[in-house]
Amino acid sequence: MEDYIIEMLHITKEFPGLKANDDITLQLRRGEIHALLGENGAGKSTLMNVLFGLYTPEGGEIKKNGKTVAIKDPNTATELGIGMVHQHFQLVHNFTVLQNIILGAETVRGGFLRLEESRKKVMELSERYGLKIDTDALIEDITVGMQQRVEILKMLYRDNEVLIFDEPTAMLTPQEIDELMQIMKNLSAEGKSILFISHKLNEIKAVADRCTVLRKGKCVGTVETASASKEDLSEMMVGRRVDFAVAKEEAKPGQTVLEVKQLNVTGKSHLKKAVKNISFDVKCGEIVCIAGIDGNGQSELVYALTGLMNTESGSVLFNGEDITKESVRKRNMKGLAHIPEDRHEYGLILDYSLAQNLVLKKYFFDDFQKNGFIDFNAVDEYADKLIEKYDIRSSSGASSSTRSMSGGNQQKAIVARELDYDPKLLIAVQPTRGMDVGAIEYIHKQIIAQRDAGKAILLISLELDEVMNLSDRILVIYEGEIVGQLEPKSTTVQELGLYMAGAKRSDVLTEGRE
Amino acid sequence: MKKKKPISENAAFAGFLASVGAIVLGLIFGYIMLIVFNPAFANVGIIKILSTGFSTKEKLAKVLYQAAPLMMTGLSVGFAMKTGLFNIGGSGQYLVGAFFALICGVVLKLPWYICLFASMLGGCFWGVFPGLFKSLFNVNEVITAIMFNWIGLFLVNLTLTNIPSALANFYGAATADRTANITAANPTALIPKVWLDKLFNSPYMNISFFIAAIIAVVIYIIIDKTVFGYELKACGFNQKASLYAGINAKRNVVFSMMIAGALSGIGGGIYYLCGTAQYSIIKVLPAMGFNGIPVALLASSNPLGIILSSLFISYIQVGGEALQPEYAKEIIDIIIACIIYLSALSVLMNEFITKMLKAKKEKKDNAALRQSAGASLEAVNAPKEEEK
Repeated sequence: MEDYIIEMLHITKEFPGLKANDDITLQLRRGEIHALLGENGAGKSTLMNVLFGLYTPEGGEIKKNGKTVAIKDPNTATELGIGMVHQHFQLVHNFTVLQNIILGAETVRGGFLRLEESRKKVMELSERYGLKIDTDALIEDITVGMQQRVEILKMLYRDNEVLIFDEPTAMLTPQEIDELMQIMKNLSAEGKSILFISHKLNEIKAVADRCTVLRKGKCVGTVETASASKEDLSEMMVGRRVDFAVAKEEAKPGQTVLEVKQLNVTGKSHLKKAVKNISFDVKCGEIVCIAGIDGNGQSELVYALTGLMNTESGSVLFNGEDITKESVRKRNMKGLAHIPEDRHEYGLILDYSLAQNLVLKKYFFDDFQKNGFIDFNAVDEYADKLIEKYDIRSSSGASSSTRSMSGGNQQKAIVARELDYDPKLLIAVQPTRGMDVGAIEYIHKQIIAQRDAGKAILLISLELDEVMNLSDRILVIYEGEIVGQLEPKSTTVQELGLYMAGAKRSDVLTEGRE
Repeated sequence: MKKKKPISENAAFAGFLASVGAIVLGLIFGYIMLIVFNPAFANVGIIKILSTGFSTKEKLAKVLYQAAPLMMTGLSVGFAMKTGLFNIGGSGQYLVGAFFALICGVVLKLPWYICLFASMLGGCFWGVFPGLFKSLFNVNEVITAIMFNWIGLFLVNLTLTNIPSALANFYGAATADRTANITAANPTALIPKVWLDKLFNSPYMNISFFIAAIIAVVIYIIIDKTVFGYELKACGFNQKASLYAGINAKRNVVFSMMIAGALSGIGGGIYYLCGTAQYSIIKVLPAMGFNGIPVALLASSNPLGIILSSLFISYIQVGGEALQPEYAKEIIDIIIACIIYLSALSVLMNEFITKMLKAKKEKKDNAALRQSAGASLEAVNAPKEEEK
């Protein structure tokens, strides 16, 4: 008989109008890395929340070491040795690393903290598992990668045997992802059992021993990752074959649409320049990608191009016209579309209905208003058209509340709105962030279709695969400067990574092109 | 495709029920307080609170004409709230509006509709400043509005003291600490009574309630049906996204404070043009401006709801006055405050009510299901019995 540390048998969890988990069985062997794969909304998080005691399932049972256990709340889960690293870290930002690790499990004698004893234990754990940290640094000062190591140490400090990682790589740079993969392997070698939630197939192939695939709340099956190909896994997850390499023809660049000349932008903190002397252009019929690690000035560059942020110096030309000082509305009217980085912050008004969001840039057009009064019938008709064309799924069509929609469908709504604007230039910032393979494939196809229709596309992405697959030309941004221009065909991911990390730069571009 | 939702799933309806729930609980609390303070009169007291407003025509008239300025300041707060701003400057705008109306009515001897229009401009003018400070310098509107309440108060007092023809003693009264009685100074500045004063048997009843109600409907239409309202609400819900959509959020902040100010201003105009009140020059901000806040909160800032909530607040205020001398009339303010606290929990209450409505519906559905299942079961069983 197999040695299972955790068994979740026939788990069923219902929400009003939705069976989030339908008879799901997941068995975790001692010391293995077990991946849980599924699209957004497939029920991965629900299942993990059941295991962590946040939800009570309607049916099924959970066994630990072969004995049935009732997990009523997270405290019970912790007592059973189950720990979880949430997708969004649960850390106190103005506490030190050490304080965060011991929070809730402090060593106390006579009402006083025994920090040194705790520190000793933390340092031991840190060395044993190769988790480099600085115990006295404040959380707000350390990198996302180190914050994650703190989260992992929190679990280890509590002697957890079962570690759940909820989409741990979503916020990390490629280098940090490699590090995490190594850490996970170390942990499993030391006898910890790991449940790894992800929809990134590369990572699953790289570390997981076995993989359970969920689709629409049902368990599709559990496979040995060594014997399953990426294509097999994605087919299990989506229910059909998915093209990874997006089919696209050679680009036929036409005239220049966007021209940026020696642009400088001051960052939000006003302390340093976020964008330094950047010059580049985008022609119609090509996809230019700005690759870089998050926080190297991409956001500020985009805000300056779209008019959401003031420029310090330099100019932005659109079809030969200087738009450096134009308002956002005028830029939009000239044919600039923008898929923003953060769909909740900029892209959508969550309290508005889907229909109201779909006309966010068009509500004042004559089609949708008469004498200042909004023509709601026209708005709904238009929304229904887009919903059908772009397959946006929601609970009650055009009138559904945007807040209640899934992230993937919210993103689709933005894409629909921006593409239907018939733009001349599309600025897409991480257009597939947090989306599953099926939806990514769809959005990539849409972007290429736009390119083939003669639109100019500026893509800002952190995903190396996306950069390599989609772009016709790659510009690498590092600390606010363009440090290299690469051709996707003649370059490798490794070389791109070196440019992104600032280890390599081609000087041709940095010396002004004026 | 477009199906009318059943009323039980309507958010506004759930909000209405939540407010009613808050009111009922608040009144129960008020009753307990009456018992604590003076047990002998508690039963009489609560009945007075609940029934005085309807007891005579005159009292009903008082409920109506008191509700009008309350509705205006309520609309002012509610409108700003819908656009993401907190207008605590209602008092100042109300005062400046009243000042403009009184100058036009008493000094310039203009007819009432021009006075009312002037009060709108006055309030609007006083709303500009918090709006401008917010949009130009990103100064929180609450701080500027509070400062402008006091600036408004003292400016109005100072100006009025220096315009002899505006004061009561100019028309033969003994004191100069208040503005002239409009009936004596310029009867055309009184808001018309039509035949309402005779109908309600109250000399103060006029059309102000209906003016306010019409304005409420207009505000509702602006917020919910127009392009302008769409923009304002967008800025209120998510300023960054509205910037992204190309909406001029800075300009809209100013517009929205101006409109909010105008509404409070009209409130001031309505109150002082009815003939009951003379503006007395004292160093106290009028409560009417602040009372708009509970009115708006109770109605979740819905302009049509504000018509009802202002009527309600006015109704129990009239009831509260009848509590004297057994109780201090301030007890009614405590009850109102209590209702507002409870309605601030309206999110919880809303959830609770939606759940109850749903449970009820499910129960009904289940019962129907069981019935039909029972029927089919009988149908299945019937032939078996025959077989026997």
